[in-house]
Amino acid sequence: MIKTFIGGIVLGIAGAVAALHFLPAVNIARENSLISVMPNGGNAESFHVNIPADRILLGASGQKNAYPQGMQWPEDALLDGTRSEVFKLRNSQDAVIGVASRVTVQNAKLGNVIEWVLHFPARGSMYVTLAPNVVDNRRTGNMRAGTREFGDLVGTLSERWVAAEKSSDELHAGRIELLASYEATAKASATGEINGGGSE
Amino acid sequence: MKYLFMLLLGIATGVLMVVGFLLYSPMSPEGISPLSVSERPQFSLSYSAVVDDAIAYTNNGESPIATNPDKIAMLWEAPLQKTVVLVTALRDGRGSMAGIGIKFSSRSEETRLLQGEALVNSVWHVVLPDQGTLLVAQAENHWNYLREVVIPAYWSSADNWKGSWHGTLSSGPGALGTGDVHGGSGRFRDYDAEAIETLTARAYSTETGPVAVDGQLIIEQPVPASELSADVTLKLRTSSD
Repeated sequence: MIKTFIGGIVLGIAGAVAALHFLPAVNIARENSLISVMPNGGNAESFHVNIPADRILLGASGQKNAYPQGMQWPEDALLDGTRSEVFKLRNSQDAVIGVASRVTVQNAKLGNVIEWVLHFPARGSMYVTLAPNVVDNRRTGNMRAGTREFGDLVGTLSERWVAAEKSSDELHAGRIELLASYEATAKASATGEINGGGSE
Repeated sequence: MKYLFMLLLGIATGVLMVVGFLLYSPMSPEGISPLSVSERPQFSLSYSAVVDDAIAYTNNGESPIATNPDKIAMLWEAPLQKTVVLVTALRDGRGSMAGIGIKFSSRSEETRLLQGEALVNSVWHVVLPDQGTLLVAQAENHWNYLREVVIPAYWSSADNWKGSWHGTLSSGPGALGTGDVHGGSGRFRDYDAEAIETLTARAYSTETGPVAVDGQLIIEQPVPASELSADVTLKLRTSSD
């Protein structure tokens, strides 16, 4: 009987260790990545944010319509000229695949700053600084940094506001389109670390 | 029947022994701050990790930690269900408003509980309007926080934990367990450095989450290499403490 008990202990330990080792503690849901290959090299991927449906937060000093309702944005003179927004981010098939923050700062010390951080739970994040001037209805900037899947990529991201057609749903004001184009850094290409596809 | 009972009892004992080993073994030991070996001076930004103190906090809506404010959009979509968003005021070493921090945190598939790793991938979008903007990207290991604060709160008959706990969350991607800093504008433009995030907990409730928990980002200062000397480093470190 005692041998059976000891055998059970061994079995329990082995089973628990095996379960902890082989069963994933975290499993993140993924959507297929919708990446297209550009004719001149590199990959392109488009994302968008439906406004106002995908807005999580809008905060700015003196903003009468801060969102969501009930949010207490700090009224500090330091934040004058600073506007922060947080959105859900969709792929080209309109599926939510991540979250993003868009920050603008306009003051004497920093000038005119427009930045995005795009965060995809299963893929990584990218940090983009945009030039303030609008060319062809778009603002464009460079990927400043990336993590995980985006860690060895360089490229650009552009934003464009597309107003909804008048006939569409009155609650849908329009959307922010983001077009990312990136390619592997020389280092990543040399080591073959980059996989252009993957999943979100 | 007796043998089957003894076998099941043995299996349960074995599983409990593994759980006990995970909870009480000195894996993931807390050492000195990895930034203590840095020659660069540092500055710190502190924030309250209490949800009610945040400007905004949201999750998938299934967590016991309620969102703030109530009407904020929840991250119920499947790819976002293991992600939380925190928007908070950041304060400098003197407690004055320094800016806004937006933090995206997602549980990591690299989590290995057997190795004492409950990992979270996070990025901070830091906006300091009178200094510049930057990104802090890191992998965090929450195992010690879970083991020493959260789990004891669930075991407590009062459903809470009170005490004093301080630990470093950052566990990478830097070789010493530091997070990466990438500057975007102002004095941080084109600046790359390292940072760590620490938590100091004094109370936690299973019903509301952190009750008295403060976080701190410790970031290397952007200074010209010519100014780096032991004296400057020591002086700035002392002043930031």
